[in-house]
Amino acid sequence: MRTAKFIGVRLAGALLVLFIVGFCTYAVFYLVPADPALASCGRPCTEQNLALARDFMGFGDPWWRQFLDFVGGIATGRTFGAGATAITCEAPCFGYSFQQNTEVLDLIGERLPVTFSLAAGAALLWLVTGVGAGVVAALRRGTPLDRIALAVSVAGVSAPVYLVGLLGILLFGFTLDVVPVGGYVDFATSPVDWAWRLALPWAVLAFAHAAVYTRLTRSQMLDTLDEDYIRTARAKGLTETKVVGKHALRNVLLPVVTVFGVDLGSLLGGAVITERVFGLPGLGGLLIDAVNQRDLPLLLGCTLFAAFLIVTANVLVDLCYGALDPRARLS
Amino acid sequence: MSDPLRPNAVRPIRGAALVVLRRDRWALAGALCIALLALLAVGADVLTAITGQDPYTYRIEALDPATGAPAGALGGVSGTHWFGVEPLTGRDLFAIVAHGARTSFLIGLAATAVSVLLGVVLGAAAGYLGGALDRLVTWTADVLLGFPYLVFMIALGAVAPAEVPRPLLLIVVIGFFGWPSMARIVRAQTLTLRARGFVSAARSLGAGPVHVFRHELLPNLWGPIIVVATLSIPGKIGLEAALSFLGVGIPPPTPSWGRTISSAIDWVGTDPMFLVFPGAALFLATWAFNVLGDGLRDALDPRTAR
Repeated sequence: MRTAKFIGVRLAGALLVLFIVGFCTYAVFYLVPADPALASCGRPCTEQNLALARDFMGFGDPWWRQFLDFVGGIATGRTFGAGATAITCEAPCFGYSFQQNTEVLDLIGERLPVTFSLAAGAALLWLVTGVGAGVVAALRRGTPLDRIALAVSVAGVSAPVYLVGLLGILLFGFTLDVVPVGGYVDFATSPVDWAWRLALPWAVLAFAHAAVYTRLTRSQMLDTLDEDYIRTARAKGLTETKVVGKHALRNVLLPVVTVFGVDLGSLLGGAVITERVFGLPGLGGLLIDAVNQRDLPLLLGCTLFAAFLIVTANVLVDLCYGALDPRARLS
Repeated sequence: MSDPLRPNAVRPIRGAALVVLRRDRWALAGALCIALLALLAVGADVLTAITGQDPYTYRIEALDPATGAPAGALGGVSGTHWFGVEPLTGRDLFAIVAHGARTSFLIGLAATAVSVLLGVVLGAAAGYLGGALDRLVTWTADVLLGFPYLVFMIALGAVAPAEVPRPLLLIVVIGFFGWPSMARIVRAQTLTLRARGFVSAARSLGAGPVHVFRHELLPNLWGPIIVVATLSIPGKIGLEAALSFLGVGIPPPTPSWGRTISSAIDWVGTDPMFLVFPGAALFLATWAFNVLGDGLRDALDPRTAR
C-alpha cells in the first residue's frame, strides 16, 4: 500500500511539473516573436498562407487559451480549421507542422529510435565505466591508478562532446580505420551493424559524462568506507568483495542515481550534439531543421516532448531511488 | 572570519587562493592558462596586428586553388599565419581563435555573473527566510536542473526576434539556467550559518534580513560562491560553443570557437589542423577553469583533497 501511495504521489507531482513546465515554455515561445503565425508560415510567406496559419493555429484566442487547447490536444486530439481543409491531429497531439503537413508526434516518432539508441547505450556505458572507475580509484586511493582515473575524469569533464567526437572520428575512423563513421542502421535490420555504427558515438557521449560519476563515486566510496556499518561488516568476517560490492556500493549508488536523474536533461542535449557530429538522423537533426525552417509548432512540440521525456524518466529514477533506499519510501 | 576553535568556519577565500597557487601545481597551471587565454582575448587586436591579420578578411591566395584547402603543410602554418588559415576563405586562423577567445570569455563570464547574482540572492533568501519561499525556490531549482535546457535554448534562439542581439540573449539564457546549482550550495551554506551564534546575535540586535545578508552571511559565503562560479564557467563557455556549433549561437562573421569547430567537421579528413587549433583553445579554457576550481574547492574543503 505504501509503495502504491509513493508511486501515486510521484506521478501526481510529475504531472504538475509537466503542466507548469509546459505552461512556461508555451508562454515564452508565444510571447517572444512578434507574430507566431508569421514565424511558422514559412518562406516565402504569402498573404494567404499567413491568414491560413493564423486561422488554423487559433491566434484569435489569448495565449493561455491556446495553451489549454494544446494540453487538451494531448489528451483528446484536436482539429485545425473546419470543413474540407480541416486537419485532424489525433490524440496524443503534440501539435501539427503546417510546413511539413505532418503531426509533430509522427515526425518525432520517426527520429526517436535513433536518439533513444544513442542515449540509452551511452548511459549504460558511462554508468558501468564511471562507477567502476570511481570504485577502483577509491579502493586504490593515492596510487598512480587513482591519479590516472582523476586526471582522465578532469579531461572528460572539460572536453566538449563534439570535440571528443571529432577527435574520435579522426583517430578511429580515419587514421586507424577500425569503425565506420556516420550513418545509422535500424536495430531491426541488423543488430550487429546497429551496434557497430553506434559504438563510437556511444563511447564519445559516455566519455563526456562518465567523468562526473567517477569523481562522485570515488568521494562517496571514500566517505562510506569510513562508516561504522562497514567496520561491522568487516568485523563479521565478510570478504572484501562482499563488503564493497554489497554493503558499500548500495550506499554509493544513491547519489549516483540522483545525479543521473539530473543528467538526463543534459544527456538529451549531448545526444543532439553527438548526432550532428556523427550525422545520425535523430531528434537533434529534426530540431535543427525546425530552427532553420522556423517551424514553430515543430519547435514547440519538440521542446515540450523533450520536457515530457525528461520528467517521465525522472519519475522512473525516483522509483529506483525508492527501491535502493527504503528511507525514501517513507517520507 | 577563520577561527581554529571552530573548524566549520569557512576559510577566507583570498588566503585559500594563495595557498592553492603555491601548493597545487595543477591549479597553478590552470591559473596560468586562464591568464594566457585572457591575455589572448584582451590583446586580440594587438596580437593580430603584428602580422597584419584580422578574422574577417578573405585571403584566397593562401589556399590551394584545386581543393580549397590551405596551401602548405599543417593547414598553412607560416610566419604570417601562425595557426594557418581557414579552408575555402583563407581567413587567418590565429585571428579567429584570438577573437573567438574574446567571444567565449565575454559570454562565459557574463553568463556566470548572471547565474551568481540570481543564485546567491535566491539561495540566501530561501535558506535564511525559509517557509514557502524556500519550498518554491528549491522546487524551481530541482525542475530547472533536470530541464532539457539545450533543446529549449536551440528552440528559443530560433524564435527570438532579430532585434535582440545574440550575445545578450545567450548571456541571459545561459545565465538563467545556471542559477539553480549556485542557489543550492548557497542555500545549504546559509542554513548552517543561520544557526550560528553571530547570526542570531545580529538578529536579536534587530538587524533586518538585508543587513544580515550583507554583513553576516555574504562574507562567509564568498568561498563556496567563488568555487562554484569557477567550476561553472567551463560549462557556460562550452554551452556557448555548443550552441554556435549547432548554428544557433553567435552569428557569423563574429568569430566563435564553436562555429569554427563546426565548420571543421567537413575538413577533419583533409585539414585536421583546422580542428586542432580552435579545439585545443576550447579544451584548454574549460580544462583550466576546471582544475583551478578543483584546487580552490580542495583548499576550502580538505575532505575532497587528493
